[in-house]
Amino acid sequence: MKFIYQTWWKVIAVLLVFSTLFTGLLLHVPALPVLHETIRNLYFHVPMWMGMLTVFVLSVYFSIKYLRNGREEDDLAAVECVNTGLLFYAMGLVTGMLWAKYTWGQFWSGDPKQNSAAIAFLLYCAYLVLRNSIDEEQKRAKISAIYNIFAFPIMIVLIFILPRMTDSLHPGSGGNPAFGKYDLDNGMKIAFYPAMLGWSFIALWIATIRYRIRLIENKKNAIN
Amino acid sequence: MKKLTFLLLLLLSYTGVFAQSNIGVTMDDTLQSSGKIYVVVAIIAIIFVGLALYLFSIDRRLKKIENEK
Repeated sequence: MKFIYQTWWKVIAVLLVFSTLFTGLLLHVPALPVLHETIRNLYFHVPMWMGMLTVFVLSVYFSIKYLRNGREEDDLAAVECVNTGLLFYAMGLVTGMLWAKYTWGQFWSGDPKQNSAAIAFLLYCAYLVLRNSIDEEQKRAKISAIYNIFAFPIMIVLIFILPRMTDSLHPGSGGNPAFGKYDLDNGMKIAFYPAMLGWSFIALWIATIRYRIRLIENKKNAIN
Repeated sequence: MKKLTFLLLLLLSYTGVFAQSNIGVTMDDTLQSSGKIYVVVAIIAIIFVGLALYLFSIDRRLKKIENEK
């Protein structure tokens, strides 16, 4: 856990994302109907979900770790990962809505992808509500850890599996191709992969900052 | 002198080749011509650099507080 105090990977994250601002906005992209230049959102909208996934996976890891050894720090790390993940979740939803407005016609068209993303969002909001409603610390940590472990696979099913089994406007669903087909021959990977990696690291960075603040707060409360 | 100008002429003669290549390749010509997209890119870059620096400064302040204890 020492690496969260180090700077090198934060610099790499910033440089990765910084490079995608140029490559993502200026490099050639395939000219596709409906999408036009909005295909560049692939470099900014999708990495939000990647960042969210990164910290949510980490939070499950810390929840399991907490249940195994009962260290309070692991519980705090799990919560702050979820908090950061929800920020990126909201960013992903809002950017997705704006993109949908100009490609699907409406901000919210009740698309399976949108609906299940909203349900999964509430699922994680419920995690925070559940957590804050329990006063006793160990009980709170244990119950919220268990909830978190169960919420994660349900979120994955809701966002990434169920919409793909029905007809959805979102790429990758219902015979609707994902972008993988296009970026192979058009060098979109040059901007896409650094964006995914960079934003994941930035999500991780924000989570570590929140975790460190939480540690200090926790220490302060323990003394009093 | 005559030789040099001839050499220069030969060196520059390749530019004619590039005049043709513009027709076939339509690399983001709409973006870079008069759309002033670079202004947008620069502004986004400035915002991102600002946010990144801000994150670094938060990180540094936090480190200071952590070291106090």
